[in-house]
Amino acid sequence: MVTPHAAGQPVLELTGIGKEFGAIRALHGVDMQVFPGEVVGLMGDNGAGKSTLVKIIAGNFRPSHGEIRFAGNAVHFSRPIDARAVGIEVVYQDLALADNLTAAANVFLGRELKRKVGPFTLLDHKAMAARALELFGELRSETRPHDLVKQMSGGQRQAVAIARTRLSNAKLVMMDEPTAAISVRQVEQVLGLIHRLKEQGVAVMLISHRMPDVFAVCDRVVVMRRGEKRADKAVGDTSPEEVTSLITGAKEAA
Amino acid sequence: MATPLESPITFTNVSKAKWWQSGFFASQTGYVLLALVVLFVVMNFASPYFLTEGNIQNVAKNFSFIAIAALGVTFIIITGGIDLSVGSMMCFSAMITSMVMTGLSTPGMPGASWFVHLAADGKTVVANVPGLILLISVLSGLGVALIVGLVNGFCIAVLGLSPFVTTLGMLSIVRGLCYVVSNGRGSFPGGPDADYFYALTSGNVLGMPAPFIYLVILAIAMGIVLHHSSFGRHVFALGGNEKAAELTGIPVVRVKIEVYVIGALAAGLQGIIISGWLGSAPANMATSYELNVIAAAVIGGANLAGGLGGPLGAIVGCVLLEVIRNGLVLAQVNSYWQQTLVGVIIILAVLVDRVRSRMA
Repeated sequence: MVTPHAAGQPVLELTGIGKEFGAIRALHGVDMQVFPGEVVGLMGDNGAGKSTLVKIIAGNFRPSHGEIRFAGNAVHFSRPIDARAVGIEVVYQDLALADNLTAAANVFLGRELKRKVGPFTLLDHKAMAARALELFGELRSETRPHDLVKQMSGGQRQAVAIARTRLSNAKLVMMDEPTAAISVRQVEQVLGLIHRLKEQGVAVMLISHRMPDVFAVCDRVVVMRRGEKRADKAVGDTSPEEVTSLITGAKEAA
Repeated sequence: MATPLESPITFTNVSKAKWWQSGFFASQTGYVLLALVVLFVVMNFASPYFLTEGNIQNVAKNFSFIAIAALGVTFIIITGGIDLSVGSMMCFSAMITSMVMTGLSTPGMPGASWFVHLAADGKTVVANVPGLILLISVLSGLGVALIVGLVNGFCIAVLGLSPFVTTLGMLSIVRGLCYVVSNGRGSFPGGPDADYFYALTSGNVLGMPAPFIYLVILAIAMGIVLHHSSFGRHVFALGGNEKAAELTGIPVVRVKIEVYVIGALAAGLQGIIISGWLGSAPANMATSYELNVIAAAVIGGANLAGGLGGPLGAIVGCVLLEVIRNGLVLAQVNSYWQQTLVGVIIILAVLVDRVRSRMA
């Protein structure tokens, strides 16, 4: 297995990240690095701090302590849009798609391509459909830009949500439980999509409860428990059994 | 649009939907339009008067009287909201318009000297600049609509109140204001510009009623805005999945306020046009019109859950309601049956759509 650690600078670097909500300490002293083209699995039980960590990186929350460096620069996000501006994209668990719109419309939602017609600025349907088709092609997903999302399978929906992150050439894509609610065949498709992102040098952070998926696509697995990072290992150096005991607390740290 | 030939994807197990299973032909608007055509044919055989020029003109005029407001409400319904205050809004705008028009045309009223003077006979009032009073009074009528729309939008988008409750309250507030400003008596468009006013609201242009022409222009504009501008795209996205709209960076608050303003302005314009046809703006004008307007939009395929709807549907809904009303009159059916039938049609239209989506 190629470990990209040696290959230069991390795209995301967290140092001593902590977060308190009133008296509750949700995160404490989390250090973490993610490199370009690397897939990192983020695992942990409910309440372990995974979502809080993701929300801090995505700009939903500000950390109480610590520093985030992205592509070498210290960054401070106050809104999700700030995180997106530097190249961090999130694929949400419920995918954040509008069912009543087409695949192409969803990919470009909030960043529509436009053209000038006389004094008016209108949507450029043709250019958006062509670019969306290109993106679905890169992801090798059989999705038509003009089909409504309402009529699509779970795998196709994932492709639409992921294509959206490709639009801006994101450097880091965080995926929240992408395989939680879909069929076995579609899980294969989604894992395939993650491989496509990796091939293109994008760093992927996969938040999942499903051990087989994490071991199938990830280069490295990070385990959280009670707001702290308990393990950070290459998948080759660990086993599903060890990760399970780290998640449950049977083993304190590794 | 067809997939380009140099498509990088080959579709092996995802077949393309047949033309009659997608788009307009599979929509509720399509079915209702078909029902409308059938109704026209039936009416033509049932009554020799139905397709006469006079009757068709009459129908066109009558449905135009609710259709412009229906266009505005359709915007709101697409975002998943509702506006119950359109009936009161029609009355309030009409009332303010005719009160301003009368006030500015009465020598002696504050500010009126800028607009009118008395002719040599000491009785006839003459406008200093023809049409200026009309312009200002219509703008003030639309101005109050704008304010009410902003208040609706602010309460719903910023304060997070439910659209139903907010606009139900606004229905009562605005109707109350109508009675307050007029002292319950109603008002009449008057002064030297009143003739222009009547010509523009209830006159004919090229043999077509003027309101019908406004309706066609506004409907085309609305179609372009909904399907070819990013604002329209955001309106649909908001109705489809509000959370997704927010996460993708759509200015949800702004879009929501804008649709309520559009709804109020459309209702205001509609009210002003109706008052021109009535020749007055009584304080009980357009009472319960909100139900007709919303019914028309829903019959035409706008989904109250949000995400679906368009100008054609709103108009088709209005035409259907008006043709049925007209048909019942021509067939000499007791006109009290009208409301009952309208209710049946609302339920039928939604039912047909439900059955179809079950089958698909």
